[in-house]
Amino acid sequence: MAEKKSRRDFLGMAFGGFAAVGGIMSLGAMKASWDPLPSVQAAGFITVDLSPMKDGELQTIGWRGKPIFILKKTAEMKKNDNRDVVVGNEEYAVMIGLCTHLGCIPSWKPAKKIFHCACHGGDFDPSGTVLFGPPPRPLDIPPFSIDGTKLVLGEEGPEYKRLAAKAQG
Amino acid sequence: MAQIKKANGIGDWFDQRLATKKLAKVMMTEYWIPKDINFLWAMGVVLVVMFKLLIISGIFLLMYYKPDAKLAFDSVNFTIMQEVEYGWLWRHIHAVAASFAFLVIYIHMFTAIYYGSYKNGREMIWISGMILFILFSTTAFTGYVLPWGQMSFWAAQVITNLFGGIPVVGDAVVTWIRGDFAVSDSTLTRFFMLHVFLLPLMIVFVIVIHFYSLRIPHVNNQEGADIDFDAEADKYLAGNKKESKVVPFWPVFLAKDFYVVCVTLVIFFFCVFFFYDFSLPGVNFEPANPMVTPKYIYPEWYFLWSYEVLRGFFFDIGPIKAMDIGLIAFAFANVIFVILPFLDRDPRVLPAHKRPRFKIWFWVLMFTMVILTIYGKLPPKGINNVIGFIASMTFITLFLIMPYITKKDAKGAK
Repeated sequence: MAEKKSRRDFLGMAFGGFAAVGGIMSLGAMKASWDPLPSVQAAGFITVDLSPMKDGELQTIGWRGKPIFILKKTAEMKKNDNRDVVVGNEEYAVMIGLCTHLGCIPSWKPAKKIFHCACHGGDFDPSGTVLFGPPPRPLDIPPFSIDGTKLVLGEEGPEYKRLAAKAQG
Repeated sequence: MAQIKKANGIGDWFDQRLATKKLAKVMMTEYWIPKDINFLWAMGVVLVVMFKLLIISGIFLLMYYKPDAKLAFDSVNFTIMQEVEYGWLWRHIHAVAASFAFLVIYIHMFTAIYYGSYKNGREMIWISGMILFILFSTTAFTGYVLPWGQMSFWAAQVITNLFGGIPVVGDAVVTWIRGDFAVSDSTLTRFFMLHVFLLPLMIVFVIVIHFYSLRIPHVNNQEGADIDFDAEADKYLAGNKKESKVVPFWPVFLAKDFYVVCVTLVIFFFCVFFFYDFSLPGVNFEPANPMVTPKYIYPEWYFLWSYEVLRGFFFDIGPIKAMDIGLIAFAFANVIFVILPFLDRDPRVLPAHKRPRFKIWFWVLMFTMVILTIYGKLPPKGINNVIGFIASMTFITLFLIMPYITKKDAKGAK
């Protein structure tokens, strides 16, 4: 059967086509409006001097709205070549202090030498690797670079790239 | 043009233009409800009353609330609670009505499950109802975030992080929902928009569909009896009110509903004035602090059961991570109720006490929900983890075996 296309069909399809394209493009605009603003995306940089830290001390600092754990490891804490940040002759654990399960802040238990997340019961060792519970991966390491005895958060230095490569490999 | 005549009164004037008499018949005086029901059939109207209370109290809260991370906490806890005349009243009503709405939703839901009111033509009532449940849950969650206290912040943190479990794009989705790498001002303002505008608008729309979906299959009754509504309505209209198995929605059914509404409101306002703490957790009277997680965080009581299913799986199984198992179980728990009509393979509409196996299934489900709710509030330590895991497994198993159990019941009857 030969198809009959009338003027009205043509107008209908033309209208429908324009409306569909417009609809899809406005969905794109709506999605983009929900994206983080440029001011939010612009990276924040923070410099921390590590030299005054004592053995076994933990300090928590805010970076891009997230807590960062910096723990100066003691001799009896197990070394972890894949995760430790070496500044001078000292080893530090530097990580984002948000549980990789659902984002609560684990608290440091100095007696047991673990980070314990009270929300869902996850435990991490001083290097941030998972000992127990639902967290799917070790605590994330934020991008950093080393400048003498100072740590610059937000900058991807060679030491960070080395650790990131190990985390993947 | 319709034949418009000089009206003999204000009612007639409107009737000629809007067919108000016909409308009243269709919606009220000739909308038929079975006589064989009990107080559990009043929960729908109780929910309408709760929703109205939420809207009215919400309007007054909206006049002073400021959706800004710097101002929100004080606008609630100082301006509304201390400066605005009766501001505390609106806040208490809003918080307590949210809790009551969920309590009544659960009664409403489990009544429908008990009496089999979700199948044999009533599927759309059930599905639209479950969509309402999801919309109410989202509204409750976004509203919980607005006072920007510690619980608000950490609830937003944990719930938005759930989307991180989506394969590949998870982290990007979390950032997109928040509008920032962390929960922040942009998260608060968009949740505000959702809570006060988009979600309530959708709720009203789905409520209309929910009511309309009742119209063709009609309300179920205590015995699941198949009533010929036209024949029974004719009897009623002819004056055989005693013999007829039905009554009109207005004034007969609503008169009894109003009694149930009154009892509910007495309890409700007792809670608003003297027992509101349960809906306003103390931790939330501390301003949000992204650097400190409260010692124990738990959701409002009405989300505890699904929260417990989420965290019930605390160990990896083979290559699957504990977190992913929890998320899959959580997603399962949240959608499984929606497809309930299709899991029930017994075509008969009967109350649970006339379905031997289903009756046991129903009460085991109720018991499991209570256990999940209790353990959802307890800290995840030691034996609590084990009980949470067993209860979560029971919950999932119940829905997996439902088709077999209902099929067996149907066979047993033949």
